[in-house]
Amino acid sequence: MKNKYSIFSLVRNAVSYHQNWSQAWRSPDPKPAYDAIIVGGGGHGLATAYYLAKEHSITRVAVLEKGWIGGGNTGRNTTIVRSNYLWDEAAHLYEKSLKLWEGLSQELNYNVMFSQRGVMNLGHTLQDMRDIVRRSSANQLNGIDSEVLTPAQIKNIEPTINISQQARYPILGASFQPRGGVARHDAVAWGFARGADRYGVDVIQNCEVTGIRQQNGSVTGVDTTRGFIAAPKVGVVAAGHSSLLADYAGLRMPIESHPLQALVSEPLKPVLNTVIMSNAVHGYISQSDKGELVVGAGIDSYIGYGQRGSYSVIEGNIAAIVELFPNFSRVKMLRQWGGIVDVCPDACPIISLTPVKGLYFNCGWGTGGFKATPGSGWVFAYTIARNTPHGLNAAFDLNRFYTGALIDEHGAAGVAH
Amino acid sequence: MSSQRLPSGGRINRGRPLEFFFNGRRYEGFEGDTLASGLLANGIRLFGRSFKYHRPRGLFGSGSEEPNALVQLGEGASTIPNLKATQVELFDGLSARTVVGWPSLEIDLYAINNRIGRLLPAGFYYKTFMRPRFLWDWYEGRIRHAAGLGFAPTEPDSARYDKRNAHCDVLVVGAGPTGLMAALVAGRSGARVIVADEQAEMGGDLLSSTQHVSGACPWMFLDNLVKELSLMDNVMLLPRSTVSGYYDYNFLVINQRRTDHQAGIGDIVSRERNWRVRARQVVLATGAIERGLVFADNDRPGIMLSSAVRTYINRYAVRPGRTGAVFTNNDSAYQTAVEMHGAGMEVKGVIDVRQRPSQERLLQMDTLGIPVYSGHGVGGTRSGRQGLRAVELCRLSADGRDVLTQKGSLDCQVLAISGGWNPAIHLHCQSGGRPKYDDDQACFVPDKSVQSERSAGSALGIFQLGNCLSDGVDAGVHAVRETGYACAHIDIPYASDRTGSAIEPMWNVPDGVLPGRGGKKFVDYQNDTTAADIALAAREGYRSIEHVKRYTALGFGTDQGKTGNINGLAILAQHLGQSIPATGTTTFRPNYTPVTFGAIAGRELGTVFFDPVRKTPMHDWHVAHGAVFEDVGQWKRPWYYPKGGETMESAVRRECLATRKSIGLLDASTLGKIEVRGRDSAEFLNRIYTNAWSKLEINRCRYGLMLGEDGMVMDDGVSSRLGDNHYYMTTTTGGAAHVLGWLERWHQTEWPELEVFFTSVTDRWAVASIAGPNSRSLLDRLCSDIDLSAGAFPFMSLREGSVAGISARLFRISFSGELAFEINVSADDGVALWELLMEAGGEYGITPYGTETMHVLRAEKGYVIVGQDTDGSVTPADLGMDWIVSKTKDFIGKRSLARSDMLRDSRKQLVGLVTEQPETVLPEGTQLVNEPSTDYPVPMTGHVTSSYYSSTLGHSIALALIKGGHTRMGASVYAPTLDGQCIKAIISSPVFYDPENKLHKT
Ligand SMILES: Cc1cc2nc3c(=O)[nH]c(=O)nc-3n(C[C@H](O)[C@H](O)[C@H](O)COP(=O)(O)OP(=O)(O)OC[C@H]3O[C@@H](n4cnc5c(N)ncnc54)[C@H](O)[C@@H]3O)c2cc1C
Repeated sequence: MKNKYSIFSLVRNAVSYHQNWSQAWRSPDPKPAYDAIIVGGGGHGLATAYYLAKEHSITRVAVLEKGWIGGGNTGRNTTIVRSNYLWDEAAHLYEKSLKLWEGLSQELNYNVMFSQRGVMNLGHTLQDMRDIVRRSSANQLNGIDSEVLTPAQIKNIEPTINISQQARYPILGASFQPRGGVARHDAVAWGFARGADRYGVDVIQNCEVTGIRQQNGSVTGVDTTRGFIAAPKVGVVAAGHSSLLADYAGLRMPIESHPLQALVSEPLKPVLNTVIMSNAVHGYISQSDKGELVVGAGIDSYIGYGQRGSYSVIEGNIAAIVELFPNFSRVKMLRQWGGIVDVCPDACPIISLTPVKGLYFNCGWGTGGFKATPGSGWVFAYTIARNTPHGLNAAFDLNRFYTGALIDEHGAAGVAH
Repeated sequence: MSSQRLPSGGRINRGRPLEFFFNGRRYEGFEGDTLASGLLANGIRLFGRSFKYHRPRGLFGSGSEEPNALVQLGEGASTIPNLKATQVELFDGLSARTVVGWPSLEIDLYAINNRIGRLLPAGFYYKTFMRPRFLWDWYEGRIRHAAGLGFAPTEPDSARYDKRNAHCDVLVVGAGPTGLMAALVAGRSGARVIVADEQAEMGGDLLSSTQHVSGACPWMFLDNLVKELSLMDNVMLLPRSTVSGYYDYNFLVINQRRTDHQAGIGDIVSRERNWRVRARQVVLATGAIERGLVFADNDRPGIMLSSAVRTYINRYAVRPGRTGAVFTNNDSAYQTAVEMHGAGMEVKGVIDVRQRPSQERLLQMDTLGIPVYSGHGVGGTRSGRQGLRAVELCRLSADGRDVLTQKGSLDCQVLAISGGWNPAIHLHCQSGGRPKYDDDQACFVPDKSVQSERSAGSALGIFQLGNCLSDGVDAGVHAVRETGYACAHIDIPYASDRTGSAIEPMWNVPDGVLPGRGGKKFVDYQNDTTAADIALAAREGYRSIEHVKRYTALGFGTDQGKTGNINGLAILAQHLGQSIPATGTTTFRPNYTPVTFGAIAGRELGTVFFDPVRKTPMHDWHVAHGAVFEDVGQWKRPWYYPKGGETMESAVRRECLATRKSIGLLDASTLGKIEVRGRDSAEFLNRIYTNAWSKLEINRCRYGLMLGEDGMVMDDGVSSRLGDNHYYMTTTTGGAAHVLGWLERWHQTEWPELEVFFTSVTDRWAVASIAGPNSRSLLDRLCSDIDLSAGAFPFMSLREGSVAGISARLFRISFSGELAFEINVSADDGVALWELLMEAGGEYGITPYGTETMHVLRAEKGYVIVGQDTDGSVTPADLGMDWIVSKTKDFIGKRSLARSDMLRDSRKQLVGLVTEQPETVLPEGTQLVNEPSTDYPVPMTGHVTSSYYSSTLGHSIALALIKGGHTRMGASVYAPTLDGQCIKAIISSPVFYDPENKLHKT
């Protein structure tokens, strides 16, 4: 590969004062027609394009992004990656994704800094503990690593956590997935963009899709701010804006768009070893390689596209973190932001064919789709290429809202992200 | 180290010397100093090291814009990481150390990074550390060790924090000349005003200024102004208070720091207070922040913002060095040359990139004997042990893009630089307003307001003092009018502003070497982002400013790029050959400056305030009798009552047997209770519950199930009819608030035409439930006005009367399968009732029991607990409760129940489980398989939802949800437990006790 990244290429380029690096991806103008168009240049869209080219040799592909790639939820999320989902369908999909994560930096030749620091879900009530045993037990039988920890074991891993039984909601235990962790979100978008570009995929930014054209029930292309672009296949991966795009095609999606906020502290020397999540004391936290504490919680309950949440959610979120880690009280919050997440009634994604031939949707990842990025792209590419879902995403079709075969992670596992 | 303190002047109190420590060494300063000015006065120039290359760094700014001088204050539990030395007020005994530098500031081993800097361009880590794969963990550990700034405390914080909600007519942000004038107008007009300023003193730029106002020296003018404001009852002045965020509907958060500047005040008052303010009008008088210039090796200690140099000299009476020079592209820095000169510094020259600085300035410099090098730039710098030693001059081409000739160097310790001014538009942008590029002044200014907000003074791009004063008045007048007050008259103070020539933007000062070579040109000091990094990003296709920010870390520091961002985006624009406005800014997000977590959490922490603890009226009795508690929702419920060292297991066995044999007593006060009243109550309940309610007779009770829209069981409980249009609903303990919200939501959004009202009465009642064969006999003794016989008071009905003289409402309902009465009395009477029952029940061996026994008893009867035996994916039919689902009327969830998947035979259905070994209790939550196997994934057939040892039955029992369970009675399943066992169990009916349903009806 001409532009392979490695320590050797770094040294070579240092000699020429870094003047000769080539573009990670081109910024081409859109062509009049493609074999497939992916709407949405988030991680999922870019991964879809990458696997379309790589696994299915469909390379006349354009990814159309209305802003800058990764600028949606991909670049706003708290990057928790885990596969310890309760239901078989979800567990298998996320586990496929986790397996892809484990080799992703090498696969893409782009270091996505996937850090398998382990993910802990705390239990604070007896029912939490029942649910934790249930999920861990299901994970083990599905071949997914999962342990149940006692408070003392938790303390051993995270020395500053408050396991006092006098706390308002004392920690009774936790589930732990050692292979879970965090990754560098921007790098995921960039790595997939570069990978896809290598195969000839056009990654086109500042190109908003404003309409979806169809003829006799089949898709023929999309209208964009840069003109009409024809394609027999269109895959929509637009996260919080999915219902708008569905509307362009005359479809309705069972999706609500909500703000979801997150925040970081100032950079600190290493003080957290894993990713810690709690439902009862609602918040979760990890530490980035740069040293910031990365903190999040649940969605704002109103719906909208504003990428702004309300301050009270931040207050509750920080209180929860200080409740779990009273030593972080003197740490300072640097930045906060919001994304718009696409929430399905069962908190599981839709990766599906639609009533319009050649039009595919991949959405509904809500608060937890970053972890699925490679897997989602992999199965969606399969679905688009073969016009039929892969076994791993067959259950995640639109039809389930008619049959009622929901995969209710929401109600059952109650774990977000 | 010589003292750099000027013999007179400054706003320091020379009568109060203070002792302080930096990196273990002792120094002296004065009250009124910051840590930065105190150290500078002691001749300290090295304040820290940079994040990536570990280059020595000194002070760059004088306030919250400071990127370099980060310190860790104090030790142990009260240590504070990452403070900016420029914002730390000195107090006696203060102790601080630098945050970057390992093992120490002077000897920093990571400084090797500077030598190998060429191997570490922007984003180098995306290109390396990938092979061999297994080494990544190790690499990452090293990266983490090198990264991060200060240390988080490892012990809990003992400080308190609080919050206040406030409303005001006018919130003035920033107490510089503009803000103070706006506040004066609003204050005199009678509006309720809050003035917040991040600094310790009100005054903003006036504190660093020597320019006269209305003929008076600036500090005299300021003192009078602040005095007048502080005497107004309707004006509140908040110093040390940063408006950290601007949210929707003119909601702003002010973070006030109350104690950090005082030694030894301890935790008597709150350390910080967050003001949550709704303002009718906001005046953003946030000033402007000077930006640096990007030239080779522009980061030596001694290279400072020109405004900072002025501040150290005028406000703190500190000379930042013996010799100095100025490097600028605009007029404002000339004043700094004047003041450096006035402070006794030898000013070696003013280097101005402009070919033709204003005549007036040239003359002024001429009289002071300061040479002006117009059309020149700084091509590089040299450093000595203590930082900057000399700057290299070069003559620039007319377009400023190239170096024509090297022109030797100027020896100087201080270089005051000015690349122009950026209005502090952060809050304007946070409010939803957009930035607009002002070509003439080479800066972004606020575009239209979208909330009730107006920027004023320098924040609006007005950089002359006189104009700021009058714009402050205008802003005040505007705010006063908008809030409906009559505007008081005010004389606009005047200041003689100098005219001059315009700024000439110079984003990247040429140094005459080939791209990528030569000294590093820093754009973002804290993150060591250089002009070459930005060029590299552009070259590699990272074109959006957001990509460049993320790829190079530009503006990601704790200073949020206050001095560097605009330079960075301008350099990007140059590389992309596009305009600055086309390139755009990154999004301005809260916080303006970092805010302590504790202040955001406030007092909503710990056992009292994190989430209110709810206790039943009988709580203290339970405590006194040794109950162990369980958290259920917000409630503390007795879990079991161990006696004399009993284990939970034996306590529960005892409680169960006592209830089944005689009488058990349960505190059931926590169940949710909702009064449903109004003409359409029955119709409403018909729609909410799966079964019908219209025909329920008065004084009768009925069990009801509520479903979500998806047809899944959501909550359950017994509701009763108290009158024609009056029902009394009970819900699960944990679901009460949700159910009330649910009822309101349906009523308010879908069926507003129904006349029905809901009132939560959960806390109004204390409920003691007596269960067991002897409960009627006991009650007979205490209750004279109700006929308790089965005929007169049948199962599932209620009566009003009195129990032991306490007026009560009695329900004949049972969650245990025993004859049972739920006695509801006024909450005030709860303890009395409880004690009377205990006393009267003595001879029956009445036994209080907790939730664990309650769970066992109901499980023996096969009664489900919503949330334990259901999980949001369970239909009534799955529970074998089709009998409660009306076929005729409509209700929430009905349509969903008709979907094909609801009719699938292989749905998970509620069954009982009995283990082969009677003593073996299946762990709750464990998954079940039909065939044990280690060949993963193993297909699962269900899971255990509830599981106990039943002392009544003499064997363990469990409830489980099993695929097709209703038709698999007698089949065996296996439970592979987490600790590696595999327990065999047989599927049975979930009703283990009194399957004929006789006992509770007796
Ligand atoms: C604060 C926050 C925290 C989160 N934390 C986690 C976490 O810890 N773990 C986890 O797994 N997940 C998390 N998530 C969820 C996760 O970020 C998302 O599920 C995931 O990133 C979605 O990826 P995507 O590529 O589908 O969407 P996006 O990255 O949002 O990409 C969609 C793209 O479509 C573009 N687009 C929209 N409309 C159009 C149009 N008309 N034309 C062209 N382009 C269009 C958008 O600009 C956007 O770039 C979090 C989300 C948020 C907001």
